[in-house]
Amino acid sequence: MSNARTEPAVVRWSLIGIALAYLVLFIFMPLFIVFSTALEKGIAYYFHSLTDVDTIAAIKLTLITALIAVPLNLVFGVAASWVIAKFDFRGKSLLLTLIDVPLSVSPVISGLIFVLLFGLQGLFGPWLRAHDIKIIFTPIAIVIATIFVTFPMVARELIPVMKAQGSEEEEAAITLGASGWKTFWYVTLPNIKWGLLYGIILCNARAMGEFGAVSVVSGHIRGLTNTLPLQIEILYNDYDFTAAFAAASLLAFLALFTLVIKTLVEYRYRAELEAVGKKTH
Amino acid sequence: MILLKQKTNLPGFHLSLGYTMLYLSLVVLIPLSMLFVKTSTMSFAEFWSVVTAPRTLAAYRLSFGAAFIASFINVFFGFLIAWVLSRYRFPGKKLVDALIDFPFALPTAVAGIALTTLYASNGILGSVLAKIGIQSAYNALGVVLALMFIGLPFIVRTIEPVLQELDPELEEAASSLGAGRWEIFRRIIFPAILPSIVTGFSLAFARTIGEYGSVVFIAGNMPGKTEIAPLLIITKLEEFDYSGATAIALVMLLVSFLLLALTNWAQWWTSKKVGMN
Repeated sequence: MSNARTEPAVVRWSLIGIALAYLVLFIFMPLFIVFSTALEKGIAYYFHSLTDVDTIAAIKLTLITALIAVPLNLVFGVAASWVIAKFDFRGKSLLLTLIDVPLSVSPVISGLIFVLLFGLQGLFGPWLRAHDIKIIFTPIAIVIATIFVTFPMVARELIPVMKAQGSEEEEAAITLGASGWKTFWYVTLPNIKWGLLYGIILCNARAMGEFGAVSVVSGHIRGLTNTLPLQIEILYNDYDFTAAFAAASLLAFLALFTLVIKTLVEYRYRAELEAVGKKTH
Repeated sequence: MILLKQKTNLPGFHLSLGYTMLYLSLVVLIPLSMLFVKTSTMSFAEFWSVVTAPRTLAAYRLSFGAAFIASFINVFFGFLIAWVLSRYRFPGKKLVDALIDFPFALPTAVAGIALTTLYASNGILGSVLAKIGIQSAYNALGVVLALMFIGLPFIVRTIEPVLQELDPELEEAASSLGAGRWEIFRRIIFPAILPSIVTGFSLAFARTIGEYGSVVFIAGNMPGKTEIAPLLIITKLEEFDYSGATAIALVMLLVSFLLLALTNWAQWWTSKKVGMN
């Protein structure tokens, strides 16, 4: 690096120092406090609080919710990125904007709209009551709200990857007589697998961690309609901080795991891009 | 094929577009339109009296004000972090770079209880601040701190790639013509990254105005004082005041959409202006 592009060592190290101090305060400390509080009464108490009946029920509901929401949004994400990355059509930028909409809606509003649809005074409220169907304050509402909140996660990761890949390979496969599904399976999928993996992991992390939207539609019935984040809130408000942070540590692990996958995918992706670059030069 | 603009032999256009539109409508558009449907059943006077009630205005002021201050502070630190990560070498840099996205990956409820425990007056950081007379939880400052945590990755990740792609030759040329580092920064680097700073700010701002989970634990939640707008929506819902909740929500939603539109325009305008110089 020549002198023109860098600063004196004093300036450099001061800036690094300020940046690191800020990150210690806002990232390392919160991470540290989750695990230190979870373990403050010892490892036995940690596992004891994780095996509490209500916490286990919350973990189960969280897993079921993610198991439904992630595959649905995965299918949508693949369809949406196929149409956006491979075709040029009228209204494409509007479609792109609409896909991102759930990201700019407050989580509480994301829950509210389903109360307006399915709540007692909601649009379908009278009809649902006449047919004795309950949606709001049941796990069904939690799943629906989670699907809304995590709606764009796979599509957002996949669209840029598929775009970067272009469509020449697929066009060649079709010209040579491969069917559409075969082309997708053998040509497209191997090219997008890393982006797809990260999209799924990110969507899953969001699905398991959503708080505001599910809080509005859940009704907070212990052992029945509480997901893990809602259970954390209940434990915390009961002043059982150790148990709250023990449950929180599971979600913090999930977040760290997500970051590890992200880093690996970026590393793989960069290596592949460099390999492609070498071939063409 | 009236929609398609170019010829291609790839199959699945109608199937994937049809499925995308159907799923988008069912999951996003129809539910979201309920805000407008519900509001349309209110008279304008009713709507106006809800959104201009003192308690609502106080909640808006807190949510929007804290989001603005937090994003503003984060622009400086976020830029500094992006600068350090893209220009300097130091031990542990890869780990730091990976952890920038931690606030984005961490569920908001976990962030909420962690930040409250840290910044409460008996917490590790809160007790230090309490000694110099600053209360950092259960007030507006607590809200700002939580939103600073949430908004940081949006700003760093918007500025960082632009800094990395800056042409080194421009700086070298300026240096050989006798410009100092500060002048190079002010006249070459800063104008080039200004659009990304604007984008980062508004992405963080749009994300934090509606934030709930990370804020609700540290906010204090006193009506008219430390109550954020999303919490007021929940309170109205619990009182079965669906119309009131919807009116407050609609204003928030329109403000965030307006902001995003304004950002797109500002980005277009700054890049055009910088391009002309």
